[in-house]
Amino acid sequence: MSHAPQPLGEPVVRREGREKVTGTARYAAEHHPAGLLYGRIVPATVASGRITAIRTADALAVPGVHTVLTHENAPRIEEPDDPVLAVLQNTRVPHRGWPVALVVAESLEAARAGAEAVRVEYDSADHDTVLTWDHPGMYTPEKANGGYPAVRERGDAEAALAEAPVTVDATYTLGGLHNHPMEPHASSARWADGHLSVHDSSQGSTTVRDTLGQALGLGDDEVTVVSEHVGGGFGSKGTPRPQVVLAAMAARLTGQPVQVSVPRRYMPALVGHRAPTVQRVRLGADRDGTLRVVSHEIATHTSRIKEFVEQAAVPARIMYASPHSSTVHRVVPLDVPSPSWMRAPGEASGMYALESAMDELACALGIDPVELRLRNEPATEPDSGRPFSSRGLAGCLNEGARRFGWYERDPRPAARQEGRLLLGTGVASATYPVLLSPSAASAHVAPDGLYTVRVNATDIGTGARTVLAQIAAAALGTPQDNVTIEIGSSDLPFGSVAGGSSGTASWGTAVHKAATALVRRLAEGGTVPPEGVTVTADTEEEASQDSPYSRHAFGAHFAEVAVDSLTGEVRVRRMLGVFAAGRILNARTARSQFIGGMVMGLGMALTEGSTMDPVYGDFTERDLASYHVPACADVTDLQAHWIDEDDHHLNPMGSKGIGEIGIVGTAAAIGNAVRHATGARLRSLPLTPDKLLPYL
Amino acid sequence: MKPFAYLRPGSVAEAVRVSAERPESHFLGGGTNLVDLMKLGVESPGLLIDVSRLPLDLVTPTDDGGLRIGATVRNSDLAAHPVVRERYPALSQALLAGASGQLRNAATTGGNLLQRTRCPYFQDTSKPCNKRAPGTGCPAREGAHRDLAVLGHSPDCVATQPSDMAVALAALDATVHLHGPEGERAVSATEFHRLPGDNPDQDTVIRPGELITEVVLPPPAEGAFSLYRKARDRASYAFALASVAAVLTVRDGRVAHAALAFGGLAHRPWRARAAEDVLRGAPATEETFARAADAELAAAEPLRDNGFKVALARNLAVGALAELTARADRSG
Repeated sequence: MSHAPQPLGEPVVRREGREKVTGTARYAAEHHPAGLLYGRIVPATVASGRITAIRTADALAVPGVHTVLTHENAPRIEEPDDPVLAVLQNTRVPHRGWPVALVVAESLEAARAGAEAVRVEYDSADHDTVLTWDHPGMYTPEKANGGYPAVRERGDAEAALAEAPVTVDATYTLGGLHNHPMEPHASSARWADGHLSVHDSSQGSTTVRDTLGQALGLGDDEVTVVSEHVGGGFGSKGTPRPQVVLAAMAARLTGQPVQVSVPRRYMPALVGHRAPTVQRVRLGADRDGTLRVVSHEIATHTSRIKEFVEQAAVPARIMYASPHSSTVHRVVPLDVPSPSWMRAPGEASGMYALESAMDELACALGIDPVELRLRNEPATEPDSGRPFSSRGLAGCLNEGARRFGWYERDPRPAARQEGRLLLGTGVASATYPVLLSPSAASAHVAPDGLYTVRVNATDIGTGARTVLAQIAAAALGTPQDNVTIEIGSSDLPFGSVAGGSSGTASWGTAVHKAATALVRRLAEGGTVPPEGVTVTADTEEEASQDSPYSRHAFGAHFAEVAVDSLTGEVRVRRMLGVFAAGRILNARTARSQFIGGMVMGLGMALTEGSTMDPVYGDFTERDLASYHVPACADVTDLQAHWIDEDDHHLNPMGSKGIGEIGIVGTAAAIGNAVRHATGARLRSLPLTPDKLLPYL
Repeated sequence: MKPFAYLRPGSVAEAVRVSAERPESHFLGGGTNLVDLMKLGVESPGLLIDVSRLPLDLVTPTDDGGLRIGATVRNSDLAAHPVVRERYPALSQALLAGASGQLRNAATTGGNLLQRTRCPYFQDTSKPCNKRAPGTGCPAREGAHRDLAVLGHSPDCVATQPSDMAVALAALDATVHLHGPEGERAVSATEFHRLPGDNPDQDTVIRPGELITEVVLPPPAEGAFSLYRKARDRASYAFALASVAAVLTVRDGRVAHAALAFGGLAHRPWRARAAEDVLRGAPATEETFARAADAELAAAEPLRDNGFKVALARNLAVGALAELTARADRSG
């Protein structure tokens, strides 16, 4: 056992690793209190319309079925802020897959049989689920997701484009993408003595508690939501999902505990998706590569019940220096499921287009694409003019180029062949903003010198428990083994959602603050009383301050691909990412985050395709056999490196977020490599054989 | 999933008898497809007759130098069998190109042949499908069909047969042996699956109550080389966009024997007889191979979004035949 405090950054192993690999860690659907009932969602089979009748007699006749909740008998709830949670409240069907009933039964099998026996009649209306650039319903919203202004203009982009010696004008098309965490969404709810207790698979149980309290008219002390172990979320569990409302409703109505899990095939319609985008990027530059103008316009879809605008044009506001800039988001409401957050919302989509366009410009100019990016490094953030707290893009590009062997590259396209394989390499930049949300933590010391730190953080597989223990131990000046961490319950001091790559910064700031306050208290002298000493702290003030700095993580991806000239199959031979994300607090878990993001980016580039069937208004690929996330055989030589930054304008740990930047730019690096290999510039993902073949 | 009964018969005769008596029954092999379909509500058998433990799990030589493969031999065992690897490499490669390691450990030879299409409409009971619910229509013709058929489809159905193994068996001239209420019979692997026509609910020529007991491979053609090539959306665990199984004997620079079958293009493994006619006796050159592939694929009728399959199949065939020719050249 170590007796000296370990410095931050050590590759400490996950605290709950043993429980997870031995199967003793319990997830939301693995709690089985006595009398547990199982709820099965009945999804709408029309894309638009109204329910005219629900016949439940056959379902109720299935042995074991306890009750069927519909809009006719479900408890009324207060209108939730998020319309996707207003389930079983009226007859409206806003999209196919919308829950129209919940069958509650003594076994999952009975609930399932009951759900198949529910007969629903609809008055269906015409539907429209097809996104087009010039859709007549397209409008410019006020804001995009994240609170960013939908439109930003600097200088005169149109005039600058007309005058620029070299221009690129390219339109990129991305279909929808699905989060598909390993653990489907699930909730188990129980009412006892007027108190609602819920196990929920969520990225933030404080938010779930607040949402349930608001919807059901309960106070904070009347609801407890626990998310002890969560098998991934990728944004889809960042907001409460219908299953938790349904479980709570059903538990209230039946007086028994009720569990509702979302079947894999229902997830695309119920837990959000990355909205498809059509993106037009126009760049104008001098012949030496100096950008004069960056214009990025995106068109995307949202649902009929909620405005969610993928903020894909936002990264263009901070990436490259240019005197003229225009970034515009437009959106059209369609009869589709509500899009939502998926790993790096905005950045993942937008940087695919921007970084592909930068490659197109490099090709047009005959300038190396790394060099082109270095030539357009801004002195301050282009959009706001604020200084960067630190900006590691140039360092990442240079370090990555060196490690990858970039400069030996022959820039000519379609010039390297190995048997029937065409080889090529590509590069792209990455970025992700530094975010901080308010959180609270308590630090307790017992007379025996052992510490307990409490904060409602959520460990969605990232290693949050472990890194928070590292932060606490460092602040307390004690070995980590002396620190117990309690997370994953809304009864703990409130914590922000595990999203926006902000968890470690947000919870860690609160933990650091509480721990240092405890150290100060102990330094005042005196003995620790039998009940110990507890200090609490929150970061409302820190989180509300607007930084005078532009704060972002940066990175660079390098990819080598082999394209089979006979089949059009693209395989990534090796991929290398270098990231500048402040101080890395745990080398082991950080590497997992970076590599995981890169694998997801590889899927976005090559394998993950989602079809919106216009006839039925339905996502076609709804299981993991047809929605192709990368298999092990797709992921060969993957490396993540980082450049530690000493940035004092972030938080007490000096960290930036690392959970999302790995997926940003990855698809562009791969697409650019495919162009280098084949000479074909494809502007639509994923790069499957049907798209490549016409060019080979 | 609806409640069902489960029976583990002690013999082929018992399995066949019970099946004939209980028309709502299904034979169960590894269950890697049937159980999924039961969960989806696509299949709802009243009785599962588990034939996976019948004594049909042996791979044995036949008197004429071929190979007899029991219906319950697991896909992974068959792929790894030394005789299969050495004498029928196309079969071993086809098996290994299918599914995932876990699925291959469970899937059986007979069950693999009887797996059903992965057409998204077939698998979704909230939508019409002539194969699942005859007479309801085929939304795939106008809907999502990038992965579906370009050859031999009908107005009623554009589904594809998903098995990789079946494509290799077709090219290798295997026969499928059936045991039914009216006795035993053998069907060529090429004819075992059928085209959809106006009754796409029938995937194969199997009759009610018939059980696959074994698959028999003839001895490999003298001097022949064989291989299986598959194009797919990801490197593993994806169905074929198109695939080819090829068997080739080259003598004195000419094709002495050729057998070619395509996968992923049709409602059955597509034995390329027209291509074989072009190949037989012709110089073993890429020009011949391209002409042969074109002769076969001239019959293709691609749908709106799957025309790429024609070019893909052509490239796979030409590439496979060229590779086999190079191998023949090397061996002398």
